[in-house]
Amino acid sequence: MSQSSAQVQDLLNKAERFQSEIGQSVHDQYVEKLFQEAASISKESVTKSSIRYLKDEKIDRILTSKLWGFPTMIGLFTLVIWLTIEGANVPSSMLATFFLDFLYPILKDGTEAWPWWISGLLIDGMYLATAWVISVMLPPMAIFFPMFTLLEDLGYLPRVAFNLDGLFKKAGAHGKQSLSMMMGFGCNAAGVISARIIDSPRERLIAIITNNFSLCNGRWPTIIILSSLFVGALAPAWFAGFATALSVVAIALLGVALTFLASWMLSNTVLKGEASAFSLELPPYRPPRIMQTLYTSIIDRTIFVLWRAIIFALPAGAAIWLSSNIIVGDLSVAEHIIYALDPIGWFIGLNGVILLAYIVAIPANEIIIPTILMLTVLTTGMVDVGSGAGVMFEPEDMSTLSNVLQAGGWTLLTAISVMLFSLMHNPCSTTIYTIYKETKSVKWTVVATLLPYGFGITILLILAAVWRAFA
Amino acid sequence: MPSEHGLLSQTFRIRQLQKLGVNLDKWDFVVALAGNPNTGKSTVFNSLTGLRQHTGNWPGKTVTRAEGAFSYKDNRYKIVDLPGTYSLLSTSEDEEIARNFILFGQPDVTLIVADATRLERNLNLTLQILEITPNAVLCLNLMDEAKRKGIKINEKALQDRLGIPVITTTARYGDGMEALLYAIEQVATNAWPIQKRFKITVPKQLEESILALETDINALYPDLPNSRWIALRLLEGDERIIHALKNNELSALMKSYQQPPLDLSAEVEVLNEETK
Repeated sequence: MSQSSAQVQDLLNKAERFQSEIGQSVHDQYVEKLFQEAASISKESVTKSSIRYLKDEKIDRILTSKLWGFPTMIGLFTLVIWLTIEGANVPSSMLATFFLDFLYPILKDGTEAWPWWISGLLIDGMYLATAWVISVMLPPMAIFFPMFTLLEDLGYLPRVAFNLDGLFKKAGAHGKQSLSMMMGFGCNAAGVISARIIDSPRERLIAIITNNFSLCNGRWPTIIILSSLFVGALAPAWFAGFATALSVVAIALLGVALTFLASWMLSNTVLKGEASAFSLELPPYRPPRIMQTLYTSIIDRTIFVLWRAIIFALPAGAAIWLSSNIIVGDLSVAEHIIYALDPIGWFIGLNGVILLAYIVAIPANEIIIPTILMLTVLTTGMVDVGSGAGVMFEPEDMSTLSNVLQAGGWTLLTAISVMLFSLMHNPCSTTIYTIYKETKSVKWTVVATLLPYGFGITILLILAAVWRAFA
Repeated sequence: MPSEHGLLSQTFRIRQLQKLGVNLDKWDFVVALAGNPNTGKSTVFNSLTGLRQHTGNWPGKTVTRAEGAFSYKDNRYKIVDLPGTYSLLSTSEDEEIARNFILFGQPDVTLIVADATRLERNLNLTLQILEITPNAVLCLNLMDEAKRKGIKINEKALQDRLGIPVITTTARYGDGMEALLYAIEQVATNAWPIQKRFKITVPKQLEESILALETDINALYPDLPNSRWIALRLLEGDERIIHALKNNELSALMKSYQQPPLDLSAEVEVLNEETK
């Protein structure tokens, strides 16, 4: 096709002339006719019996009420996390028994003839890292995801979005950001993509940059495990489960609060502008299809996340084993790094081990805990717990696990700092890549990657200073 | 890839339907799946293709374009699940993807999935689609909810008024899917008699302006599928369309949609070019 620009310009001029001749807005005229037509057709073909359907409205009046909306929300999420914590313990230790007590010795014996460094790298590095990821992560995910999906299928998530909508407007962001934030609670990369539903580029950027403050699948298990080890242990036994659940919910809510704060800061500085209006529709409550829910949450979420964790755990396991077995001078590579990082970590309530673990875990947040534990064993020389340098050991029960961490110098402050840090550090590599694909901008990708550190380091510095002043 | 329907109680089997998943080698017809958010488009998509694209009870679940395939009787169909939108008139990215595909991709059938309990609002989008293409099927989904709420719909009257097949379904339980497939086949193979093209009646002066512009557009762009729609956009002062015309991007836009296999990344790039 070849159209000269003169011809095109003629056409556009003509359109403009007609437009001014018509006078009133063509768009309004057209839309008005469209709505009239839709209304008349619908009137002709729909009959509604006089019974009004009130059940949904009644439920909504409670779930989205000013008074009860937030308490129900917190209550429901606490319940879901409590069930996850209570339910995950038994299968977790069963898996650990299988992979570590049963399978590990068999593998070790079977490879006895191999050179020590091959069996070390393969079995003590890669296999154990993977086994750890499966036994620690699979049970909580297999319980948490189906329940979360059930809430989603029932239609509860849009009610949460509805409750939060007003707060987003106050923060100068788009109400639809509440939906992309909810998606982020599953996976930040998905949350970033879902920000496409937001029309204005300004508000869409805010949604993308702040999505990392939604705790994702990869980070829920870390927070759940740490809070049951340190926070739950402080409470009396009958209350331990709930105390743990409440502290996990508190971290998630802090993430929500930070989303608002960061959105507000962005919309008042670099991304200034008015919030645009939109109407959020509350879908009807639908009875969930249990089988379907189980299927999608097990296959699409649990297996997906687990698989990703395993893919990243294999090379990470190898890297950890190598770094702790290659000796430079009188220390291993890992120890050199850890001791160098220790002083930096101290200021923010962490330590060198944790910082190194976060570097190893940049590809996937999922493997943080296994990495931390393994590196801790290495530096404290707890030979009887694991079986040597760089071997991911087996925590027979939660108390062994917390013994290890305490031997590594962990206190309640360390645990809380790690929980906070895992909420406020860079997004995983997949999410960073997705942010770049969605924004096509290196600048905004860097902002989104580093912004969480701004909050994380500030909060951790203050926390560590205040804690040490009083403790 | 295993089909979820093989595992679940809501399994439905239609003798001549073969779910082909993402097997998109060649196809006879392209079906575009459009509709308001949260009407069950993805559920319809899944039941036809055997894929298990995540469905969720909330608006805005599908923001990108998903593609799948099925065959029915002797024909293979490619089906494209478009993002759910309330209209095709605004400029958000999801609406842009939907409207560009319906307009430039020229699907053989546009399957409009509507929420039977909210027909009037769903008709707003339906009518806008019918202004672009008469090759459409209206699927009145969520009939179980409509029944629960005591809503009755006279499909025959609706069908006569719109000039396209109207099928009632409850996609999550597979109800009405066979009739839906039959209707899709009819429209795809031109067996469905289109009596008249649906047109929104607009005031006389506007109608005359549209007609005048249409003549010019047809002369300039003889390949354009729907000049009336473009004319209307120009009269409304749609910046994107004006921009596309000025920079001679309209033909590029059209080509990018017609080259099989359709590539989402190419499309997003075109969109990004446009917004610059």
